[in-house]
Amino acid sequence: MAKVKGAVIVDTERCKGCEVCIDACPTDVLAMSKEVNSKGYHYSFMANPDACIGCANCAIVCPDGVITVYKKKLDQ
Amino acid sequence: MRDEMLKDIISEENLVYKKTDLMTDNVLSYCPGCGHGTAHRIIMEVVDEMGLQEETIGIAPVGCSVLAYEFMNIDMQQAAHGRAPALATGIKKTWPEKFVFTYQGDGDLAAIGTAETLHACNRGENILIVFINNGIYGMTGGQMAPTTLSGMKTSTTPFGRDTALMGNPLKITELVAELPGTQFVTRQAVHTPAAVRKAKKAIKKSIELQRSGNSGTTFVEIVSNCNSGWKLPPVQANKWMVENMFPFYPLGDIKVNGELVK
Ligand SMILES: Cc1ncc(C[n+]2csc(CCOP(=O)(O)OP(=O)(O)O)c2C)c(N)n1
Ligand code: SF4
Ligand code: SF4
Ligand code: SF4
Repeated sequence: MAKVKGAVIVDTERCKGCEVCIDACPTDVLAMSKEVNSKGYHYSFMANPDACIGCANCAIVCPDGVITVYKKKLDQ
Repeated sequence: MRDEMLKDIISEENLVYKKTDLMTDNVLSYCPGCGHGTAHRIIMEVVDEMGLQEETIGIAPVGCSVLAYEFMNIDMQQAAHGRAPALATGIKKTWPEKFVFTYQGDGDLAAIGTAETLHACNRGENILIVFINNGIYGMTGGQMAPTTLSGMKTSTTPFGRDTALMGNPLKITELVAELPGTQFVTRQAVHTPAAVRKAKKAIKKSIELQRSGNSGTTFVEIVSNCNSGWKLPPVQANKWMVENMFPFYPLGDIKVNGELVK
């Protein structure tokens, strides 16, 4: 059966740590980093990458447009 | 194993979403979580998808989005405070074949610019007006705006807006819907993926109307947050907006095809 698997890339230097993407993710993939970027913002990252379905919800609500989303059908 | 799998997924042919090139790579001057960025992006996505980059002229306001021309990769002109619809009128009359829109906050559009807004809409200028309503003057430090809710705290209403003393919040979108010059008037939001998709559809419909018939003003209000002015973290500000702004500023179409929606 084909399974859909997603992944996101966050432009961590441009992320402002607003957490709106975390709130929008249906599968709780994203979390805030412990580290900060050069502006001092914690940034969003895939804490639970296995759960990403590539729905792009996070990217659509990101006010700063810093998330890029990929999705692939995997054969199992 | 996991890294290999990610490498396999993250490649050009599996791309489902990336920021449109019609948003520049300049870092937005907005506070974390501010709806201005999302509103900019969906307008630019529609302009991009409709292939109108060369045909579009935007007017930036005074307010937090005064630098919108740094972020939208199209021709833009910045207007004096509240005068964006007047400037848009002149530009549209000079270049009637262009798609012309204004982008304005509630202080800009519904306070100092009320006259320009109402007269442009009443004349039925063939422009799109995008109205970002966060119920406050964001840029200048969170003062009361005409749109500030009854009881809402701002830096100039620290005990909440007292309508007996300070007047009532203004629903200018309902007001412009009453004018004969407007053809499509709607109120949207950009705080959730579903809301963003709907707001984008409304922008698209507005631009299609502007491109097809030039038969009047299209007006899209976006109820948005001002985390700094409201003094709330972004996610909580969005919740506050749903609970407090939406009951007074309900989302949905107000006028379609020149007819008020019942
Ligand atoms: C003629 C004039 N009067 C007053 C100001 C000060 N001023 C700058 S921005 C602003 C209000 C902006 O509020 P809004 O339009 O709601 O936009 P926001 O910053 O909330 O996005 C005011 C009063 C000005 N720049 N020019
Ligand atoms: S693409 Fe969808 S599932 Fe993946 S992180 Fe973003 S919101 Fe979550
Ligand atoms: S929504 Fe965007 S800016 Fe905000 S935390 Fe997520 S990635 Fe960063
Ligand atoms: S002050 Fe308010 S409107 Fe201005 S950028 Fe910050 S959150 Fe947005």
